[in-house]
Amino acid sequence: MDFMVFQYPMITVQACLDGLLLGILFALIAYGMALQWGVMNIINIAQGDLVILGGYIAYFMYLYGIHPAWGVIVSPIIMYFIGVGIYKLVINKVVDRDLFISILATFGISILFMQLMNFAFGADVVLANSGYGTTMLFDNNVTLPNSKIFSAVISIVFAIGLVIYMKKSKLGRAIRATAQNSRAAKILGVDTEKVYAATFGINAALCGVAGALISITFTIHPYMGLPYTIRSFMIVIVAGLGNLPGVAMSGMGLGVFEEFADYILGTEFRIGAVFLLLVLILVYRRFKLSRKREYLK
Amino acid sequence: MSKNILLYSAILIFGLIAPFVFPAFKVQLSILCVLIVLATTWNIQGGEMGYNTFGNILFYGLGMYLCASVQVGMFFPLAEWTESGGEKTFVHTPAQFFQGMAVGLVVAAVVPTIVAGLIGYAILGLRGHYFAICTLGLGVAAGEISGGIEIIGAGQGFTTPPFPEVGGLEARGEFFYFLSFGALILTFVAVRAIYSTRFRLILNAIRDNEDKAEAMGIETMKYKIIGWMVSAFFCGLAGGIMGGLVGYIDSTDVAFDGREMGVFMVLMAILGGKGTLWGPVIGATVFHIFKEGFWTFFLGWQYVALGVLIVVIVIYFPEGIMGWLREKYPEKFGEVIDEEDRKAQVELK
Repeated sequence: MDFMVFQYPMITVQACLDGLLLGILFALIAYGMALQWGVMNIINIAQGDLVILGGYIAYFMYLYGIHPAWGVIVSPIIMYFIGVGIYKLVINKVVDRDLFISILATFGISILFMQLMNFAFGADVVLANSGYGTTMLFDNNVTLPNSKIFSAVISIVFAIGLVIYMKKSKLGRAIRATAQNSRAAKILGVDTEKVYAATFGINAALCGVAGALISITFTIHPYMGLPYTIRSFMIVIVAGLGNLPGVAMSGMGLGVFEEFADYILGTEFRIGAVFLLLVLILVYRRFKLSRKREYLK
Repeated sequence: MSKNILLYSAILIFGLIAPFVFPAFKVQLSILCVLIVLATTWNIQGGEMGYNTFGNILFYGLGMYLCASVQVGMFFPLAEWTESGGEKTFVHTPAQFFQGMAVGLVVAAVVPTIVAGLIGYAILGLRGHYFAICTLGLGVAAGEISGGIEIIGAGQGFTTPPFPEVGGLEARGEFFYFLSFGALILTFVAVRAIYSTRFRLILNAIRDNEDKAEAMGIETMKYKIIGWMVSAFFCGLAGGIMGGLVGYIDSTDVAFDGREMGVFMVLMAILGGKGTLWGPVIGATVFHIFKEGFWTFFLGWQYVALGVLIVVIVIYFPEGIMGWLREKYPEKFGEVIDEEDRKAQVELK
C-alpha cells in the first residue's frame, strides 16, 4: 500500500490523465461488446484476443517499415473478415442456444487464438513505436505521450462514425431492428443471418482498431487478452446495453481506477484489482436488484 | 441391484491393484482420480444446479496452497522456506511429513468450504451468465493476487515438502495414488449419497426454474450455498493432494490454472454428460486417456487442440456421452417408450 499518489498533486493529475486516455480505448472495445451482446445476445470471451490480434497486425506493419498508425485503417478491414469467418464457423451455431454454451464456445476460441498467436508471433511483449514523442505539461511534471492523445482522438472518431453509421445507413437500421426483435425483423424482410455476421464483423473491426491503438500506446502479448474481455464486460454491465454516453463514462472511470490501483497497490496487483472490481460490481448489482425485488413484493 | 454391487466391487478391486499391475502409470492414475473428483464436483453446480461456474478452480488452488503451507508451517518458518530453496535447508522427518499432510488436507478441505459459505450468499444470487463471468473473474483474481503474495512464494513458486526417504520413488507414487484414490472413493460415495436424497431434487428444481422453486417454498439460497460448499470441500481436498503430487506450486500455472484445470473440469463434465452421476466419471476418464494418448503428438499444439476440442464438444456434443447413450438406448435408463407414440412422432417429423 502506497498512498504517494494522493500526496503529490502532480502524480494525481498524471494518473487521472493516463486513466482517462486509457479508458477511452476501453470504451471503444466495450462498445463492440455491447453491440454484439445487444444484437445477438452473445458474450464473447474472445473479445480481448481479437484486440490483441488487431494489435499484432499493426505491429507487423511496423516491422515491415510501414508507420503503425496506418494499422488503424488496415487492421479493422482484416479483422472484419476474420470476425465474419468466426461467425460463419462457430458463432452462428450458438446464437439461439443457452448463453453458457456461447460463453464456453468463445472461451475455446479464446484459448485457440491465444496459442496460435503465441506460435505465430512469439511470447515476447512487444510494442510498435510510433515515434510521436511526448508532451510535457505543468512545468514538465506531467508527461503525456502524444501517441496516447492520438489513440484517444482516433477512438472517439471511430465511435462517433459508428454511431452515425448505425443511425443513418440501411445496415445500421437493420442491425437495430434485429436487436429490438429479431423475429419481427425477419418477417419484415431483414436477412438476420447477414445482420448477425455483419455485427460480429463490425465488433471484430472495432477490436482491430483498439488493438492497433494499444500496440502503439501500450504493449501487446498473446496472453493479455482476457483482461480486455473482462474490462469490456464490466463497462457494459455498469453502463447498460445501448447506453453510449454511459459506456464512455464508465470506460474512463475504469481507466482512472486502474491507474490509481497501479499506484496504490503496485503493478503486480493491477490485473487482480480489475478482476476483483468485476466481482464487487456484480455482487453490488445483485444486492441492488434483490432489494428492488423485495420492494416490489 | 446385484449388478451394481458387482460393478462397484470390480472398480474397487481394479483401483486397489492398479498401481501394482501398472506401476508405470501410477502418477497418471492419481491425476485421473483427481480429475474425476473435480469433474464430479463441478457437476453438482453445473449439471444438477444449473449454475455454470468457472470458479471452482478457486477452491482447488486455495486447497493446494493451504495444504502445502500447513505442511511446512507446522514445523518450519514458512517465509524462510519459500524465500529460496528452503526445502534444501529444512528436511521433514517421515513422521512430520505424514502428520503435516494429514493436517494440511483437513485444512485444505475445511477452509475452502468456509470460504464458499461466506462468499456464497453474495455470489450465488447472480444468475446465468453473470454468475459464469463472476466466477471466472474470481478464479483469475485469486491467481493474480496469490502471485503477488511474498510468503507463499509470489511469482517464483512454492516447492512442496519432498517425500521423505522411505522406500524411494515407488513409495511416493503409491502413497499419492492411494491418497487420491481414497479421495475419489470418498467423493463418489458422498455424491451418490447426496444424489439419492431430496437434495438432488431440490437442486434440479433450481436448475429447471428457480423462481418457481422458490414459490414452492424451497429456500433456494440455502440449498445453493450447501451445494457449493460440498463441491468446495472436495475441490480443496483434490487441490491439496495435487499440490503434493506435482511437488511445485505456481500461482497461475498450477494452482489457479483457469486455462487448464478450470476449463478441464467443465469440459470433462460436459463431455461425459451433465446432470448424471456417471457422466463426469466417464467424461474424465475419456478425456484423460485422450489427453495423455494424443497430447504428446501435438507437440506444443496442445492448447490449439484444446480450443478446437472445446468448440467441437460444446457445439456438436453438448449432451455428452451419457446423453448420447440415453438417446440411443432409452430402455436402459428406465424410460418406457410407447411404440405407437414414437411412430406418430416420426411421422410428424
